[in-house]
Amino acid sequence: MKAVAFDYQRAEDVGQAIRLLGEAEGEGRLLAGGQSLGPMLNLRLVRPGLLIDIRRLEALRGVEEGAESLRYGAAVTHAELEDGRVPDAAGGLLRHVAGGIAYRAVRNRGTLGGSLAHADPAADWLSTLVALDARLHLQGPQGARSLPLAEAVLGAFATAIEEREVLTAVEVPKLGAAARWGFHKINRKTGEFADAIGVVVVDPERGVCRVVAGAVEGPPVLLGGLAETLAAEGAEAGLAAVEPAVAAALPQLDAVERHLHAVALRRAIAQVYAP
Amino acid sequence: MSGGEGVSGSGIGARVRRKEDRRHLHGRGRFVADMSMPGLREVAFLRAPVAHAKLRGVRKPEGAEGSVFLIEDLKGLAPIVAKSSLKGYKLSEFPALAHGKIRYVGEAIAACVAPTRAQAEDLAERVELDLEELPAIVDSLAARKPGSPLVHEEWGDNLFLETFVDGDIEKIAAEAAVKVEREYRTARQCMHPMEGKGLLAWWDDRTDQLVVHTSTQVPHVIRTGLSECLGLEQRRVRVAPPDVGGGFGYKCVLQPEELVVAWLAMTYRRPFRWVEDRREHLTAGANSREHHYKVTAYADARGRLLALDAEVTVDVGAYSVWPFTACLEAAQAGGNLPGPYAFDHYRCKTYSVATNKPPFTPYRGVARPGVCFAIELTIDAIARAVGREPAEVREENLVQGAAMPFTNVTGKHYDSGDYPESLRRAKRLIDLEGVRARQRQGEADGRLVGVGFSTFTEQSAHGTKVFAAWGIPMVPGFEQATVRLTPEGGVEVRAGIHTIGQGLETTLAQVASHQLSIPVEKIGVVLGDTAETPYSTGAYASRGMVMAGGAVSRAAEGLAGRIKAIAAHLLQCEPAAVELRDGRIHAGNASLDFADVGRAWYLRPEQLPDDVHSGGLEVTDGFKPKVDTGAFTYATHAAVVAVDPETGKVEILDYVIVEDCGTMVNPMIVEGQAFGGTAQGIGTALFEETPYDAGGQPLASTLADYLLPGPTELPNMRIEHMETPSPYTAHGIKGVGEGGAIAPPGAIVNAINDALQPLGVEMGEIPVSPRRLLGKLLAARAGGEAAA
Repeated sequence: MKAVAFDYQRAEDVGQAIRLLGEAEGEGRLLAGGQSLGPMLNLRLVRPGLLIDIRRLEALRGVEEGAESLRYGAAVTHAELEDGRVPDAAGGLLRHVAGGIAYRAVRNRGTLGGSLAHADPAADWLSTLVALDARLHLQGPQGARSLPLAEAVLGAFATAIEEREVLTAVEVPKLGAAARWGFHKINRKTGEFADAIGVVVVDPERGVCRVVAGAVEGPPVLLGGLAETLAAEGAEAGLAAVEPAVAAALPQLDAVERHLHAVALRRAIAQVYAP
Repeated sequence: MSGGEGVSGSGIGARVRRKEDRRHLHGRGRFVADMSMPGLREVAFLRAPVAHAKLRGVRKPEGAEGSVFLIEDLKGLAPIVAKSSLKGYKLSEFPALAHGKIRYVGEAIAACVAPTRAQAEDLAERVELDLEELPAIVDSLAARKPGSPLVHEEWGDNLFLETFVDGDIEKIAAEAAVKVEREYRTARQCMHPMEGKGLLAWWDDRTDQLVVHTSTQVPHVIRTGLSECLGLEQRRVRVAPPDVGGGFGYKCVLQPEELVVAWLAMTYRRPFRWVEDRREHLTAGANSREHHYKVTAYADARGRLLALDAEVTVDVGAYSVWPFTACLEAAQAGGNLPGPYAFDHYRCKTYSVATNKPPFTPYRGVARPGVCFAIELTIDAIARAVGREPAEVREENLVQGAAMPFTNVTGKHYDSGDYPESLRRAKRLIDLEGVRARQRQGEADGRLVGVGFSTFTEQSAHGTKVFAAWGIPMVPGFEQATVRLTPEGGVEVRAGIHTIGQGLETTLAQVASHQLSIPVEKIGVVLGDTAETPYSTGAYASRGMVMAGGAVSRAAEGLAGRIKAIAAHLLQCEPAAVELRDGRIHAGNASLDFADVGRAWYLRPEQLPDDVHSGGLEVTDGFKPKVDTGAFTYATHAAVVAVDPETGKVEILDYVIVEDCGTMVNPMIVEGQAFGGTAQGIGTALFEETPYDAGGQPLASTLADYLLPGPTELPNMRIEHMETPSPYTAHGIKGVGEGGAIAPPGAIVNAINDALQPLGVEMGEIPVSPRRLLGKLLAARAGGEAAA
């Protein structure tokens, strides 16, 4: 299949991208790495009147270091994280996750911001960055705003990003020196989307313990109760609490799916507490 | 690895690098999609959105009526009807575009024509359909039952064909010590050549011919099919396939799209093209493999197979493909289920069932990946029932080397080889005892390790006798080739078979080189174009090397005789004293260059003897094996797997192949065929599947849903060769193209079941996806807990 006819414009800066989105009156679509948008265009699942290319905008490319967090430009690629060309706020977790996304050809072009704005429930960044409690920075006609990623994701392929807003940066809190993380993805084969993702972040200095079940039908699920058990009682109690926590949080899934999510979580927990 | 070492030159047996790879590796191949032509129009098809419906009406887009074609616009175009002489076989009329009724999702309804493909797709979106939906028939077992909705109402049922081989098994059944009953299923699959189907057709006013550049394995056969459906004399149809990016069987049938594009070119006398995209390929074409088996095996207390009682159901989809028909798969399944095993009592019923799915096309191995899976799992089940090592029970049941040639229970004539030896070598290579020791120790990561074997025979290059018995529209006879010496001492080989990636440009040159002693660098090979090559039924059924190789061998041998006669005159000796060796022509101490003979015939005829053969230095000859019921290739594959009982994932830890395809023309290419086929077989065993929902909608419409194994899913395969020449073919060559794809599901699932034995779980449905495996494991666990 071939895409329907559309216009293409490369934005000079974020302001112009926002203006072009406005002028397109709902027919505009931002193009960053194009690794999901490209196939969707060819399958005619999206039919924009105008593609606004923001891939090369300098403002979206860099990383800013703050006291408590790192702010990643939305057009930073998976490959830049995988290769360590940008710093890792999460003690190696971002680099680990980046290296397992799809295939290298996808990672060369695909961007952090594009992945989050697309909000495919099975995507790696969505679960990982919810577990890290990342914030999205958005710019629109009315100025800039930011909100936690966990609140920005409304459902499968649905976010709180407005029609005329550009996702400019992703802010990730820095993990403490003693922090540990676990990430386990279950998928059919190398490069495929996940059937289940378990992410666990334990950061005693900051008093943070977050557990996420990802690649569910909707947004990643934060398992607060399980995280509390884990923080308060440790690995063994946490492992035992996984199955009931999954059953309670994901009643819509069938037995095999719940089983896979439980396995992913147990393996992520085991990774955190591995000697 | 063995074979090929010590063979000098570039003749039979040498590991010659493939001549065709230069252009492909440099991106200079030329495929249908690479072609361009002034005034070319692209065709897009509007395809059926539902599986089963009455097509009450179609409204063309306003203002574009002349660019959209429906079945009633295609005046004079006959439907595809694949006849067979098998008793009780029912015919289907497969129209080039849907005619009154829709029988599967993806069936072409309208052909839309525009300067670009995107514009043609825009047009297709504007066509409106008036449909009356009918209940879809999706499951082949349900479709067999009386009262099922009907794909073809006029039939009264959904059965293309039923066959029954009756065997006297009752007495054995009553007395046998062991009875094993199993049900097996193999998923509907879609074969994946790198290049999909496609064609460009135009009218050549100079030759007054329709020229069809189609991506096909069987150009001369497609010429016949096009001619018959278009009502155009064959001399006015030229099929000239460009590079073909793989076929695997999909490209050996006449496609409705081929008819539409050819009709447009014939009618409007301008070029038209259609290039299948992957979504069309996945949903509307290239369907294969879906079988269901009920097997009951009877054995003695040692596991010796005494009788087999089977019922095979093949889901052949909505229409019969031409020329191989909807019955070939089940006929092959019923005939090949006994496999390489020696036993005397066999009963088998087969059903070829019509459903609302795309037509079933032959795929590498035709039926045998399914039957091999069924019989190999049954052998292991027997071994478990009698408490013995499956490899030993398998070995005792195989046709023994001393029994060759052997005619089996279904009348298959196994020409040569030593099947148990291939199994013994595979056992050593995979280190069966080492794996058993490892299993006793257990794995630190909690995974379960298992080992499995699979031995098969593959009837390759079966010919006239076999196809005539099926009475299908194409019966292969003598395969022909032309071999010509050029003035400068080079060679041109012309054969009507086509190259689809299997290396024929190299291997046919090697056969000619073997006969003439001229190196392959000086041998050009022209294939496929019906205007330039003698007739061939094409590349299918692992027949290329046996048949075209045999034809080139014969023609080159004839040419050698002509060369010797002229050389003898030039050297003033007897032709019997002339010898072709090391790229030159020798007689005693004297020698000539091939160019001397070439020059004499073409440029200096005054030097020729008076009685020179008037056919000159060009010979066309044909070949067919002495016994043409097939040269039987065989192999044993063995796999070691690790099953993760928590995730249901299977990793192949080790994989070995011990194969015997008779004389190897090029061992490197034999190995490539075995590895590539095995990769596809691994896909069949673990990944590939086109599921349908209850309404007949295909659920795998992109490669994100249809999983093909990639490099990280494939093991490092190890291969050993045995080389038992066939007594019936030229040079003892047997076919090798399909074999690799046949054995892997049997070996891998036997290994999985070996691993799962401690848990009391057995898999019988492929692909063994994590979902299927976990479903069984969770059920077993729940059952165990309930029992406790």
